[in-house]
Amino acid sequence: MKLTNLLTSAAVALGLASGAHAADTKVGFVYVGPVGDGGWTYEHDKGRQAVEAHFGDAVETVYVESVPEGPDAERVMTQMALEGADLIFTTSFGYMDPTINVAKKFPNVKFEHATGYKTAENVSVYSARFYEGRAVQGTIAGHMTDSNVIGYIGSYPIPEVIRGINSAYIHAKKVNPDVEFKIVWAYTWFDPAKEADAAKVLIEQGADVILQHTDSTAPQAAAQNAGNVITFGQASDMSEYGPKPRVSSIIDDWAPYYITRTQAVIDGSWATSNTWDGIGAGMVGIGEISSAVPADVKEAALAMKAALADGSYHAFTGPITKQDGSVWLAEGETADDGTLAGMNFYVEGIEGDIPQ
Amino acid sequence: MDLSAINPVLLIASLMVAATPLLLAAIGELVVEKSGVLNLGVEGMMIIGAIAGFAITVESGSPFLGFIASAIAGALLSLLFVLLTQYAQANQVASGLALTLFGLGLSALLGQGYVGVKPPQMGKLDLPVLSDLPVVGPILFSHDPILYFAIALTAGVWAVLKYTRAGLILRAVGENHEAAHALGYKVLKIRIMAIMFGGACAGMGGAYISLIRVPQWTEGMTAGIGWIALALVVFASWKPWRALLGAYLFGGVTVVQLNLQAAGVAIPVEYLAMSPYLITILVLVILSADKSSAPASLGKNFHASR
Repeated sequence: MKLTNLLTSAAVALGLASGAHAADTKVGFVYVGPVGDGGWTYEHDKGRQAVEAHFGDAVETVYVESVPEGPDAERVMTQMALEGADLIFTTSFGYMDPTINVAKKFPNVKFEHATGYKTAENVSVYSARFYEGRAVQGTIAGHMTDSNVIGYIGSYPIPEVIRGINSAYIHAKKVNPDVEFKIVWAYTWFDPAKEADAAKVLIEQGADVILQHTDSTAPQAAAQNAGNVITFGQASDMSEYGPKPRVSSIIDDWAPYYITRTQAVIDGSWATSNTWDGIGAGMVGIGEISSAVPADVKEAALAMKAALADGSYHAFTGPITKQDGSVWLAEGETADDGTLAGMNFYVEGIEGDIPQ
Repeated sequence: MDLSAINPVLLIASLMVAATPLLLAAIGELVVEKSGVLNLGVEGMMIIGAIAGFAITVESGSPFLGFIASAIAGALLSLLFVLLTQYAQANQVASGLALTLFGLGLSALLGQGYVGVKPPQMGKLDLPVLSDLPVVGPILFSHDPILYFAIALTAGVWAVLKYTRAGLILRAVGENHEAAHALGYKVLKIRIMAIMFGGACAGMGGAYISLIRVPQWTEGMTAGIGWIALALVVFASWKPWRALLGAYLFGGVTVVQLNLQAAGVAIPVEYLAMSPYLITILVLVILSADKSSAPASLGKNFHASR
């Protein structure tokens, strides 16, 4: 009994002690995979660490990793809000409805949902124009493939992933009219064994370029094992697999955004917003193009990157026809953000149906 | 649709690889449950085996040593479960869940320095003549040794459980630990050995993922296979050959559905994605119509004073 009392008072004392130093602002992060996935969640966590480094003791951050998309996410967010978080970043598409539901219950807590499209008084959305990076990837892939078969590992059939497939296809086709895409849906963001299986299947069926929209580095390892196959880092640089199979990468840089939004909460100037930045704003980075890529291909890729960055070229510029043969964009027309945000169709030339 | 893109020989070879981690974990858990213990910590022991095997392989350069280390690591972690449930009489379900959480966390910590490292490869079986046979060669005679070990282990467990005195005692402990105790068998000792065997098998299953199936180290890379192994044991009615069938079905349908997707077969992808679960459950449920039931003492703690 005495021991219990002692422990209790010690705990209270500790609580008070930490209370005295407690940061004024608490920022929560909900992750879909483990922070060590080497891809998507890893980059979000780098953003979180940047927030800690920038604000020091003024801001406390908390995170929960490997949170399934669904009801469990709601529980985690509620818990964070109850524990006093002022700002919560929910970093996966599947957290969209849970975020909106929890936000209703905590009007004073600010929420930021990544890659979604539903906003509210206290819910902002933010995303990166990954499809710009896919345009650069497609350019390299189209040049580099010998078998003319490009394998694509999709996660879930959501607009963000479909945009990436379309953008990569359009730009691969542009430099190599014979190119063909084989698409496999893994129905997971993170499952290294399954991602590796998917990569192996695509390689067995003749693909010599693997593009992935899942979060782990497993497809890189599978490609490395297979030999003459190239890959691209997804969400993170994955440079440990360079110079081959990983020949380049799309890197998400969330740090500046997280710092800006945290500052806004501290200043009390936070307002609902819809942020969608690309290569130009630095939210999407192109990882170093490795020595395995010939100089002229590298040059073409960098020219594409520069054109996307300064806005002189849009990754979806007409003429583009939809898969069903109807015209989507006329000559010289560029896609509007609304259509892109809800993209649910393949462009002409891609085979197969999008799972509905 | 282009079914000719699918190479059936490569397909069968790769489904065997996909099934092996599941089979190893399921066979281990089967023995544990046969002894009357429910250890839900399979996922945790697998991931510890995955990082231990990976780390030792990278440091020593020998995948063989890595697999031994993974078995030891899995068995060591299972000792924690032994301590909690067999000595402290803690609830088995809660202890098993705790073991999984602990394993996931500890493996993430241990694995910090191993992200992005490429492990040395385990040599594949290469028998002159046999491995070069068309069709049969790639399917039967050119895998890594662990794959054959998993099949041999299944046969071994089956034979021991069915034909030996040791197997009979193990089953007796699982069916009625009071009676086994009254007959003079050391219930705790037998259960501890079974739990450690289960831990070693799960550890090797994990290492198979990190060393052969993927091969790399990533946090949380077992991604739920341990739970599927647990379900598989139940659906296989605690019978080793059915566990093998279930593991190969599950691994097989997983790989087949990816192949069908890549070949552009006109079956909606949602059905393909759920097919491994559906088909495995369906086949095993039909097989288990013979009313084989769970070990009667499953999940119950034993203390000699009762």
